[in-house]
Amino acid sequence: MRVVEKTQLMSATEIERTLQRVAHEIVEKSGGTANLALIGIRRRGVPLAQRIARAMHGIERVEVPVGTLDITLYRDDLSKIASHPVLHSSDIPFAMDDKDVLLVDDVLYTGRTARAAMNGLFDLGRPSRVRMAVLIDRGHRELPIEASFIGRSVQTSSREIVEVRLKETDKEERVMLVERVE
Amino acid sequence: MLLIKNGRVVDPASGTDAKRDIWIEGDKIARLAPAETSKKSPASANGDTFDATGLVVAPGFIDLHCHLREPGGESSETIETGTRAAVRGGFTAVCPMPNTRPVNDNASVTRAILERAAAVASTRVWPIGAASLGSHGEGLAEIGAMQKAGIVAVSDDGRPIATAKLLRQVMDYCRALDLPVIDHCEDSSLFAGAVMREGRQSVRLGLRGMPAATESIAVGRDIQVTELTGCRFHVAHLSSRDSLDLVRAAKKRGLRVSCEVTPHHFTLCDEDVAYDSRFKMNPPLASAEDRAALVEGLADGTVDAIATDHAPHEAATKEVEFDRAPFGVTGFETALALALELVHAGKLSLTRMVELFTTGPARVLGRKRTIAAGEPADLTIFSTDHPWTFHVKQTASKSTNTPFEGRKFRGAPMATIVAGRMAYRRET
Amino acid sequence: MAERLRDLLGIEELTAQQIAFLLDEAKPFQEFQRHPLKKLATLRGKTVALAFFEASTRTRISFATAASRLGADTMNLQAESSSLKKGESLLDTVRTLDAMKPDCIVMRHGSSGAADFVARHLDIPVINAGDGTHEHPTQALLDALTIRDRRGTMEKLNVTIIGDILHSRVARSNLHLLGKFGCCFTLCGPPMWLPREFECLGKQVRRSSRIEEALEGADVAIVLRVQQERLHEPALPLDEYILLYQLTPERLKLARPDALVLHPGPMIRGLEIDPAVADGPQSCVLEQVTNGLAVRMALLFVMITTGSEADEAKGSAHAAH
Repeated sequence: MRVVEKTQLMSATEIERTLQRVAHEIVEKSGGTANLALIGIRRRGVPLAQRIARAMHGIERVEVPVGTLDITLYRDDLSKIASHPVLHSSDIPFAMDDKDVLLVDDVLYTGRTARAAMNGLFDLGRPSRVRMAVLIDRGHRELPIEASFIGRSVQTSSREIVEVRLKETDKEERVMLVERVE
Repeated sequence: MLLIKNGRVVDPASGTDAKRDIWIEGDKIARLAPAETSKKSPASANGDTFDATGLVVAPGFIDLHCHLREPGGESSETIETGTRAAVRGGFTAVCPMPNTRPVNDNASVTRAILERAAAVASTRVWPIGAASLGSHGEGLAEIGAMQKAGIVAVSDDGRPIATAKLLRQVMDYCRALDLPVIDHCEDSSLFAGAVMREGRQSVRLGLRGMPAATESIAVGRDIQVTELTGCRFHVAHLSSRDSLDLVRAAKKRGLRVSCEVTPHHFTLCDEDVAYDSRFKMNPPLASAEDRAALVEGLADGTVDAIATDHAPHEAATKEVEFDRAPFGVTGFETALALALELVHAGKLSLTRMVELFTTGPARVLGRKRTIAAGEPADLTIFSTDHPWTFHVKQTASKSTNTPFEGRKFRGAPMATIVAGRMAYRRET
Repeated sequence: MAERLRDLLGIEELTAQQIAFLLDEAKPFQEFQRHPLKKLATLRGKTVALAFFEASTRTRISFATAASRLGADTMNLQAESSSLKKGESLLDTVRTLDAMKPDCIVMRHGSSGAADFVARHLDIPVINAGDGTHEHPTQALLDALTIRDRRGTMEKLNVTIIGDILHSRVARSNLHLLGKFGCCFTLCGPPMWLPREFECLGKQVRRSSRIEEALEGADVAIVLRVQQERLHEPALPLDEYILLYQLTPERLKLARPDALVLHPGPMIRGLEIDPAVADGPQSCVLEQVTNGLAVRMALLFVMITTGSEADEAKGSAHAAH
C-alpha cells in the first residue's frame, strides 16, 4: 500500500492559530475552569493537549492539569493491528472523580478512539463531564460521538487519510490529506 | 539354483576382496569362481541370476541384539514384521532378546518362538534365553533346556544381571555349556529415574541424567566375574569410552570378553537429545567424546560387532512427555547405511565394516561366517553409493520410533539371501 | 521491533530485545493494579485454559487473575481432580481442552519438556508456567522487572542464586534471562546439587558451596525453596541446610549494602531464609508478586491479540479514529 500526498490542509501557522482559537472557545464555554482537566489521547493528542493548556494559561492565567491516555487496551480492533501492539503507560496525575474532562486528539473520524478513551476514563473514576476537542473532524462517524471543539472540519473520502504532523512527534508541522493507492 | 554374478565379494574370513561369481544350490553355497567365467559355463537351466555388478557381496549379516516383541508385545512388532524389517536392512540372522511376555526363560517359550519363526520369519532367528527366571535376578533360568531347544546365548537384557553373585552362578553354568553370557551393563542405583546421559545437555534441558559410570561400573564388575569363571562374556550395547577401555584391557589380559556397539551410539550423541522421545533409549546417547572413542574402537578391533538393539514401541506409548516415554529406538533398516557413513568418512575400512556385521558377531556366538562351498547360503548384497532417504512410513516394522527419519544416505542393502532364497530385493 | 512470539516455552530461546519488549509491556499493567476498577474488556470473549498438572496455588491464581482482569474467561484444569489419574495421556487431556477452543493454554507440568511437547501438537499459543526442572519463564521475567525497577537496571549485575540449583527451573530461567544482559552469576548450594555443567549455561557463571564466599559483592541474591517434594533421593538433613545455606542478616551484610533479596515463593521462614531478611528493607518478595501479575497480564495480552499481515500493520499508525 502506498500513499500519495494530495493537499496541505493546514500549515504550521494555521495549526498554531487554530489551537489558540480552540483554547479561547474552551475557556468561554466551560463556565469556569476550576475542575477542568485536559487528557491528550496518545500519541498526537498529547502535544495538542499540552499546547492548549499553555494557551489557556496565557489567556486566563489558569493552570489546567494535563494527563495522557493510552487507549490500546480499550480498542475494539486489536486483532487487526500489528503483531504485538505496543503498550504505553497512561499518565493521569489527578483524580478522575468530578473532573470536567476535555479529551484532546488530532483527528476525529469514526469515533471509536473516543469511545475507547471514555472506557479508559471511566475505569479511573467518575468524571462530571466529558467533552472532546480535536484539530480536524473528517466525518464518517460510526458511533454517536461529537466533538465540542473543532479546529477544522474537512470532507474526506474513505480512501483518504488525514495526516497530522506536529513538531513534538514528527519532524515537521502541518496537516496533509493523503490518498491510499493500490 | 541361484547365481550371484560379478559382485565384489568381501569375505573377511578368507581374506577375499575380489570380483566373484557365486553359485547357490538349495540352501548352501555350491561354488565360487572369479567373475565372468560364467560366460564360458552353460547358463543354469532352472536357475535365476542376480547381477551384482557394482555391488558388494558379503556373508549374511548377523544382528546380535534385537527385540521382536513376540510373544506378548505384538502391538509394537511381531517375529514376522521384525524379521521383514531386518531382511530389508540386509540381515540374514537376528538374535531376539528374551524380554518378551512371557520371558523366554524356558524351553517351551524358546520352541514357540522358533516354531513361529519357521513359519513366518524372513531371516534366521537365533533366540537369546534369559539368564534368570523371568529375568527377575533371583534363580537361574532353565538354561540347559533352552540350549537344547535352540538358544545361542544368555542375557537378562532390558535389565542388568542383578548381582555379582548371580552373574557368577550364571557364568559358571554357561561356561560348562559353552554359552556366551551377554549383559546389559548398568548400575541400578545410578540409573534410577534417569532418562538421558548426564552432562551439559541434561542440565540444560532439566532432565535427570545418568553418568557414564552407570555402565562402566557394571562392565568392570562383570569382567572381574568373567576372570573368576572363565566364561565367554559379551557387553551389550557398549556406549562409553570408559567401558571400551575396560574391554580393551580385558582382551589384552587374554580374557574372552567381547562387545557390540549400536549404530545410534556411533552416530548420535547427547547433544542431539531435545525432548523428542525418538532419541530416548537405554543406554542413552553418550557424549561426543564417547562417540569418537566408539568409532576408534570399531576400527581398531576392540569392538567385535555392530548390533542394532532394534527396540520397537507403539507410537502412542512413545508420544508422551520425555520422562514417561519408554526407552528404545528401531534400527534394522538404517544400520548398514549408518555404518557406511563411517566408511565414506574414512573412519572404517569396508572390510572392517563387513567383519563387524559378520565374522565379529559369529565369533561371539562361536560360529563361522564365510562365503565358501558348503557354507550356508546367507549373503548380504549392498551398494556403497546408492543414494536414498530413509522415510519411516516405508518401514516394514510395525513401529516408527527412529531418530533417523528423513536422513539422506549413500549406500543401501540391495538384496538379501537367506538359506539360498532371495528373501529381499530392493525395488529401484 | 521484537520478533513475534508464538509460544513462551522458555527464556533460553528469547532475544534480549524480546525480553525488554515484554518487560516494557508490563509497565502499564503495573500501574493498572492501582486503578480502583481492575477490569478491562481487552480480552473479552477470549478464553485462557489453565492446565496445571502440578499443584500450584500462587502461579495459578496469578494467571487466573491476570486473565480475568483483562476480561478473559478461564478454563481450569487441576491435577488433583484431573483425568490423568484415570490414565488419560497428557496429549489426550490437552487435546480435549483444545477442542473447546481456548485462545491460549497456560501449562504447568512435572516433566521437563512437557510444554514443548504440547506446543508441538497444538496450534494455539502455549505459555509454560513451569515444566519439571527445566524453565519457569514468567518467574524470570517478573524477577527481572523487579530488579530493573528497584535498581534502575538489570544489566551487568552480580547475581547470587542459593539453593537446590540442579532441580530448579527458576535458577535456569534466571540464568538465561539475566545472562543475556551481561550479569555474572555465582551459584551456591550443596555440591551434589551444583553440577559443573551449569558453568556452561552462561559466559560468566561460577559455583561455590560456601554461602559467605558466594554473597561477596552480590547485587542480587535469589533464594530458592528447598523442594522437599522433588527430592526422592537421600536428601540433606534440614538442620544441615539451615546451618550452611540459610540467608541470615549477617550473611546478607557480605553482599552490597543495597543488594536485593528475591525469592520465588512460597518461603519457608526459618529454613532457607531468616524471617528478618524476608521482612527486611532489601526483600522484594511482595513486589515480585505484584510484578508477577503485571508480567502475566502483559504476556496474555501480547500472545492472545493475534497478528495479521504487514499491510494492515502499516495502517495502524493512522488507524480509525
